[in-house]
Amino acid sequence: MTQKITLAKGLNMGLRKAMENDPKVLIMGEDVGKLGGVFRITDGLQKDFGEDRVIDSPLAESGIVGTAVGMALRGYRPVVEIQFDGFVYPAYDQIVCQVAKMHFRSQGKSKMPMVIRIPFGGGIGAVEHHSESPEAQFAHTPGLKVVACSNPVDGYWMIQQAIASDDPVIFLEPKRQYHADKAELDDTVTPDPLFTSRVVRTGTDVTVLAYGPMVKTVMRAAEAAASEGKSLEVIDLRTLSPLDMGPVLDSVRRTGRAVVAHEAHVNLGMGAEISARITEQCFYSLEAPVLRVGGFDAPYPPSRLEENYLPDLDRVLDAVDHSLSF
Amino acid sequence: MTKQPASGFGPDLAEVFGPSQQDGGPELIQLLTPEGERVHHPDIDVDFPEEQLRGFYRDMVLTRRIDTEATALQRHGELGIWAQLLGQEAAQIGAGRALRPQDYVFPTYREHGVAWCRGVDPLKLLGLFRGVDQGSWDPGANNFALYTIVIGAQCLHATGYAMGMQRDGVVGTGDPERDAAVVAHFGDGASSQGDVNEAFIFAASYNAPVVFFCQNNQWAISEPIERQSRIPLYQRALGFGFPGVRVDGNDVLATYAVTQAALQRARDGQGPTLVEAYTYRMGAHTTTDDPTRYRLSDDVERWKLKDPIARVEVYLKRNGFADEAFFDSVADEADQLGATLREGCKAMPDPEPMSMFDHVYSEMTEELAAQRDGYAAYLESFEGAAVGGGH
Ligand SMILES: Cc1ncc(C[n+]2csc(CCOP(=O)(O)OP(=O)(O)O)c2C)c(N)n1
Ligand SMILES: [Mg+2]
Repeated sequence: MTQKITLAKGLNMGLRKAMENDPKVLIMGEDVGKLGGVFRITDGLQKDFGEDRVIDSPLAESGIVGTAVGMALRGYRPVVEIQFDGFVYPAYDQIVCQVAKMHFRSQGKSKMPMVIRIPFGGGIGAVEHHSESPEAQFAHTPGLKVVACSNPVDGYWMIQQAIASDDPVIFLEPKRQYHADKAELDDTVTPDPLFTSRVVRTGTDVTVLAYGPMVKTVMRAAEAAASEGKSLEVIDLRTLSPLDMGPVLDSVRRTGRAVVAHEAHVNLGMGAEISARITEQCFYSLEAPVLRVGGFDAPYPPSRLEENYLPDLDRVLDAVDHSLSF
Repeated sequence: MTKQPASGFGPDLAEVFGPSQQDGGPELIQLLTPEGERVHHPDIDVDFPEEQLRGFYRDMVLTRRIDTEATALQRHGELGIWAQLLGQEAAQIGAGRALRPQDYVFPTYREHGVAWCRGVDPLKLLGLFRGVDQGSWDPGANNFALYTIVIGAQCLHATGYAMGMQRDGVVGTGDPERDAAVVAHFGDGASSQGDVNEAFIFAASYNAPVVFFCQNNQWAISEPIERQSRIPLYQRALGFGFPGVRVDGNDVLATYAVTQAALQRARDGQGPTLVEAYTYRMGAHTTTDDPTRYRLSDDVERWKLKDPIARVEVYLKRNGFADEAFFDSVADEADQLGATLREGCKAMPDPEPMSMFDHVYSEMTEELAAQRDGYAAYLESFEGAAVGGGH
């Protein structure tokens, strides 16, 4: 069956499917019950699955993730919702010291099949702490897997795959896309595996890498570039840890040029790791240094400046031109 | 103590949150009933001069006007979001007016009434919610810290600030001009956060001069107080080793009296107090929230009868403490304030793009300066061309 869905709907349907398929799947978080979460991603789930499976938690992120660890040890598969990116930090200790290391510490005897969903990124005109991109802080932590969806169909499949994973997954959702574009979902197809990147537009001149909210921006940049006769190949990375470098290296070997775009600060962001790996693994194919486009190395600004702060179509194209100038 | 239910060890919820507690229970401290009748309390009471009573009324009316104007400005797209205080005016004005100039306040994001008492320009509150800055008042000028959005964090800051006061010798000297204390504001939801509980521990351990002022407005977005606590919040204090009291947060007289007493204890060097101001969030959590998804309007209707402003108005009128001219002048003042806020808000300029690189460090680093200069040059490259129009 096919239907047109938003990202919010895709995630909601994916969560519902996972809960139907496995009675051990639980949802935990602030306001996820009657309200359906502040973004309505869990809309209707408590009504249908009950308060034991869709758990409105007390207002304490460390408590939520810490108790989810216990639930996981007891054989459940908790899906934790963090209300906004900037509020994950009270749980940071539980995530990096406990969630990430339990499997290693127990020599594989204790699994941590937990998903921590984080609405991330800016562009919604919010106040402080509601627009951040903390992915690198988790990708830097061994034991955690980190993925970011960019569109409704991936939202539907990736959330189910993340829940099915026996490793803990930090699941990043581009909040400004939640209710934006609709896409056609055909749930009879076989989805790509979770930890894979995907070429979403083929091209010959420059490879542009993005994930989450920046995929849309980069796709628009590619269209604009095409009208000027420049051919961009766009890759939606989808997985940030582990990275799936295969499609990236294949592409860069053909184009000889790469630009990495993300909303997160450039300094030690995902772009730094990706550009190091490209340089290490296909140095002789490169015509230009790998360039990064991202948020500036200042805290996310007051929302009236976020259009300046966030990398947009023009800044992506500027980097592309810079790359082509070598 | 609450009765144990037969089936387990938890307290009987019907007793803690049931009908007998709907009005705050027997321990609730009240000096002015919802009907506007002055009642007395054996331990906590204050003689209020008429002028002070009129002042409370004026403060609450003007605070409510700030709130309704801001809500309207958000609806018109002038603010990104607004956190409404509707219904919590008495709790905030009572707490705010009990302060002395040398005291210090750590607010959440909803303490517009306390900000008013501290002399913070309400336009500066609007600036934050408009997205032009993240709080532009000088915390040191008003002894009013910036709004804190991360739930609970400020309770630790307040405690540390109070520990600093102890070391500065401004606690327990007996000099009313000198002795100082701190108020930490937080909500019922925040009472679940680790930071808040750690603040209780530190304050108790060091006997810090801090008043933990919890506005229990019964809701943390969509979650009712029962999700956060299975005993009345003020009773938690005892477990941490300091006193807790529950005051009618819709009664400005009682809130003033209780906060003043708690502040005095702190200034005198007798340590922290938890004040639970029992109130109700009459509006949505913020302008983006839709409370019809999770709560019944019955509750809101019931709390309407306890309006904090109406009861003071009745009290003033019935006792002849204020005449029509006074009420008219406050109404005029509120209209003027509303107009000032509307115009001031719309006239507020967007910040300069380059300002986003300022104040990251006490001195700009070379690498950040290079990033800033690069961005300035990039913006200049568009001059003459239509910005955003491509390349
Ligand atoms: C650490 C953290 N987690 C989540 C949030 C999102 N959030 C903002 S307000 C709020 C509810 C707060 O409830 P309460 O403490 O009762 O204060 P109230 O809003 O009722 O004044 C939540 C969950 C946040 N700001 N900070
Ligand atoms: Mg509350």
